[in-house]
Amino acid sequence: MNSLRKQDLKALGACVVLYAVFQGLMEAEIIDPFWELNIVLICINIILSTSLNMINGYTGQFSIGHAGFLAVGAYVGAIMTVKLDLGFVVALIAGTIAAGFLGFLIGLPTLRLNGDYLAIATLGLGEIIRICILNIDYVGGASGLMGIPRLTTFTIAFWIMVAILFFIKNFKNSAPGRACLAIRENEIAADTMGIDTTKYKVMAFTIGAAFAGTAGVLFSHYFFIAHPASFTFMRSFDILTMVVLGGLGSMTGAVTGAVLLTFISAYLAEFPEWRMIIYSLTMIILMLRRPQGLFGSQELSAKMFHFARLGGKTNE
Amino acid sequence: MDMSSLMQQFVQQMINGISLGSIYALIALGYTMIYGIIKLINFAHGDIYMLGAYIGFLATTYLHVGFLPAIIIAMLGAGLAGIVIERVAYRPMRNAPRIAILITAIGVSFFLEYTTMLVASPQPRTFPAIFAATIYHLGPIVVNSQQILILVSALVLMVALTYIVNKTKAGKAMRAVSFDADAAKLMGINVDKIISLTFALGSALAAAGGVLVGIYYNSIDPLMGMMPGMKAFIAAVLGGIGIIPGAMAGGLILGVVEALVSGFISSTFRDAAAYAILIVILLYKPAGLMGKNIREKV
Repeated sequence: MNSLRKQDLKALGACVVLYAVFQGLMEAEIIDPFWELNIVLICINIILSTSLNMINGYTGQFSIGHAGFLAVGAYVGAIMTVKLDLGFVVALIAGTIAAGFLGFLIGLPTLRLNGDYLAIATLGLGEIIRICILNIDYVGGASGLMGIPRLTTFTIAFWIMVAILFFIKNFKNSAPGRACLAIRENEIAADTMGIDTTKYKVMAFTIGAAFAGTAGVLFSHYFFIAHPASFTFMRSFDILTMVVLGGLGSMTGAVTGAVLLTFISAYLAEFPEWRMIIYSLTMIILMLRRPQGLFGSQELSAKMFHFARLGGKTNE
Repeated sequence: MDMSSLMQQFVQQMINGISLGSIYALIALGYTMIYGIIKLINFAHGDIYMLGAYIGFLATTYLHVGFLPAIIIAMLGAGLAGIVIERVAYRPMRNAPRIAILITAIGVSFFLEYTTMLVASPQPRTFPAIFAATIYHLGPIVVNSQQILILVSALVLMVALTYIVNKTKAGKAMRAVSFDADAAKLMGINVDKIISLTFALGSALAAAGGVLVGIYYNSIDPLMGMMPGMKAFIAAVLGGIGIIPGAMAGGLILGVVEALVSGFISSTFRDAAAYAILIVILLYKPAGLMGKNIREKV
């Protein structure tokens, strides 16, 4: 067994412990329902931020329309359980595939654009998805789709999140993942090295969109409702902020960003009128202090702590 | 509907669209100037427009001034706010990654919206009727004097801006900085000062738009800048971002298209139409209607 697999096992062990601790605390009702809700929300936000990080961080394609895919997942999943009386597993699969397919359709023409233009196009497409949903009476139009059963539990959200994190981690180290990193570093150079840039850009975009769809199914089946107002461009900005605050291109950074921002936002719920002001100031000050994000493009790992302990001297 | 009433409605919607479009154009000008000079999509620009409307509201409600002083006070106040925001939030990040500055801009936008909400309450405020609406009937077409006011004010401001940018020394420096900031610096241009000036001008134009909208719709609220900010940005992209006449044309086209869509199809699709235009433009002519394609070099 090589060292990489051993690390995976260690990480998996850590996940089991983390899960056991949280589940135990929830069973014992030490964590009250408000924080339980926020912990599930953190799991959903981690899926969103790490999947957006695949597009923005690894592939360097500036997308800010993630809420649109979240909405597609939420609605398609809800149609499966509410309208068609199918199971939650079908809903999860359908929501994921629908969002991924839409991501593919949107990605193919728009990923020709780069930089700010791609950002605006994805922002616009995210909004178009929302406005279309708003005008479909079958899914409740402006009042939203109500009566969705609460099928998402902490257990389901947590383990789906872990599975997605493992997928993304392995993707980064795979051949397509390295192609994506090459595109981020220099698209023209990657192209001349024989990398089919369009293929890998669309691939990263599709996978990222699909995972956002998964998060959407979890989201609508936890909060009983899928409402167009939850999927505005503000939501996309929220997800983007998590990724950038954590460090663009760092998966552990995206996780930290999601945990940190969801936590700040939940904690400030007691001061509704000050909440967004403090939130926005945190954003501005963090960016002014650390424009590369908390972790830069580095991953938080045991090695990083080791490095810190040796005072910067390693024998790598 | 027969042909003549269809025609009537078309003309009527054109008039509504042009007045709405002039507001978009005023906001879009600031977007385009700021993007042109520091390559930043200033998401907080829509909120400067809101801030302008609130300053105008304060001036007319508490100082009881008329239309012209109110709009001038609003423009000065918002211009100052623009300079301060650039100085505090954007200047320290001049060499930071682009996406970091963008996040800062989103942060500034939230900050302005929610601080206004805290100070002035989230409820919409009634804007004082400082410019009474007289309705003119030109045959079957209805024109409101406020629509004329919006169009005339927007035109005056645009002419003034064009004059500043094309004929004055400061305008020449602005164009130089936007063309190549490093070369401009070598030629002895104070780049920081010119960027401040750009923010001041752009913000002042947005504030004028805010006051005009306050007069036209009689109501202002802290989140009023979100949608017009987005739309104005689309207008700027439509005309070719960084190009001043492009922003004017883009604003007018967007306003007219929106009015036609809400008049003939459905007002719920109004916003979707704006985004659809954006996508089509980006796919077929990403440099905008008036932009030139520049080939990327290695």
